[in-house]
Amino acid sequence: MAGLDKVVGSYEEAMAGLEDGMTIIAGGFGLCGIPENLIAQIKKTGVKDLTIVSNNCGVDGFGLGILLEDKQVKKMVSSYVGENKLFEQQLLAGELEVELTPQGTLAEKMRAAGAGIPAFYTATGYGTEIAKGKDTREFNGRPYVLEESIKGDFAIVKAWKADRHGNAIYRLAAQNFNPMAATAGKITVMEVEEIVEPGELPVDQIHTPGIYVDRLIQGTFEKRIEQRTVRPS
Amino acid sequence: MALTREQIAQRVAQEVQDGFYVNLGIGIPTLVSNYIPDGIEVSLQSENGLLGMGRFPTEDEVDADMINAGKQTVTLNKGAAIFSSAESFAMIRGGHVDLTVLGAFEVDQQGDIASYMIPGKLIKGMGGAMDLVAGAENIICTMTHADRHGNSKLLPKCTLPLTGMACIHRIVTDLAYVEIHDGKFVLKERAPGVSVEEIVSKTAGEMVVEGDIPEMKLA
Repeated sequence: MAGLDKVVGSYEEAMAGLEDGMTIIAGGFGLCGIPENLIAQIKKTGVKDLTIVSNNCGVDGFGLGILLEDKQVKKMVSSYVGENKLFEQQLLAGELEVELTPQGTLAEKMRAAGAGIPAFYTATGYGTEIAKGKDTREFNGRPYVLEESIKGDFAIVKAWKADRHGNAIYRLAAQNFNPMAATAGKITVMEVEEIVEPGELPVDQIHTPGIYVDRLIQGTFEKRIEQRTVRPS
Repeated sequence: MALTREQIAQRVAQEVQDGFYVNLGIGIPTLVSNYIPDGIEVSLQSENGLLGMGRFPTEDEVDADMINAGKQTVTLNKGAAIFSSAESFAMIRGGHVDLTVLGAFEVDQQGDIASYMIPGKLIKGMGGAMDLVAGAENIICTMTHADRHGNSKLLPKCTLPLTGMACIHRIVTDLAYVEIHDGKFVLKERAPGVSVEEIVSKTAGEMVVEGDIPEMKLA
């Protein structure tokens, strides 16, 4: 690595420094736009007691679901989980903790962390179990809940293309949580389908500016589909 | 006769206006898109970051990067836009979506809704539902009037953990179209062939019945 060049040579290098007990923010929605090779690398390192902040927890055998196989996850912060049996088993056995967080609040917690905002008020969840123990305040006659932002020791994201500086573009609905996750890591690791030279991407079409990206690597992706719904042609 | 799932969707579709941005939840709400009248142009919002969601793809069009909030493969209509999850919930929370349609386990006469969790069963999570009910002015809740044991889902007070407080004003069930005003259910329309008495008997909360209650008009 030199200057603004964020490209690293291997997945080992990409996730170097990851330790037991760390918090990881992950981009992706379901299996769409997930950093699948970075997740596989986390499995390989064998680190344990991880807190993972991600909208979902993958499926059995793919995505974040593979980190359950060796019980590497202590806690999930997610809006929707339980697409996998292993998750259910570990949850019921008390081996895994889940902090259910409304999807928009989760996105905003990441965004706020990256933007240097420690907490924000939202109407979402007022009067529900989510708001228990949290400060509330009225603005213009409406009650809001104070939600704290959430920063990761690492953020792992997946983009379509990036230049060597980490200026990145996402493809279609694979964008989802990735831009916010990219801002919320002390170390942000991005994997992409294609790395190009600086100057090759349209400067005014960049979704994630390279300032947020610490390490960049090009990978190949399986892109598994969770629910293949088709109409007859 | 109680309405079918398709007929509930058909009734909800009558509330969709030209130029609306609409978020449809999973289940019956999804069916609403099949009944939007010709000549009305709407844009479907999907909370994973789409406006202008289209049909399911053909086998050739399937793209792993193109899914909806139900994680199903979809296509986009012309004039669609894609954005991040934060942007998606900014438009939801900010009240920019014109109509939200979602399902529920229970609704009470204060407009509280319970839709994401049954204690004792596996908790999968609320997804975007809490944000949707908190952000939208115009929500239609679809559900059966009673569960399969005959227990009413229109209650004086929700018994399950809430998704949101005082946010539901309109409900389309298999028996009736009901509004909520001043802490009471108000019967507006009944399903064809369903009596007011049956609807009232299957409503555990307080139901106001004023004047003749018309039958729903379904095409």
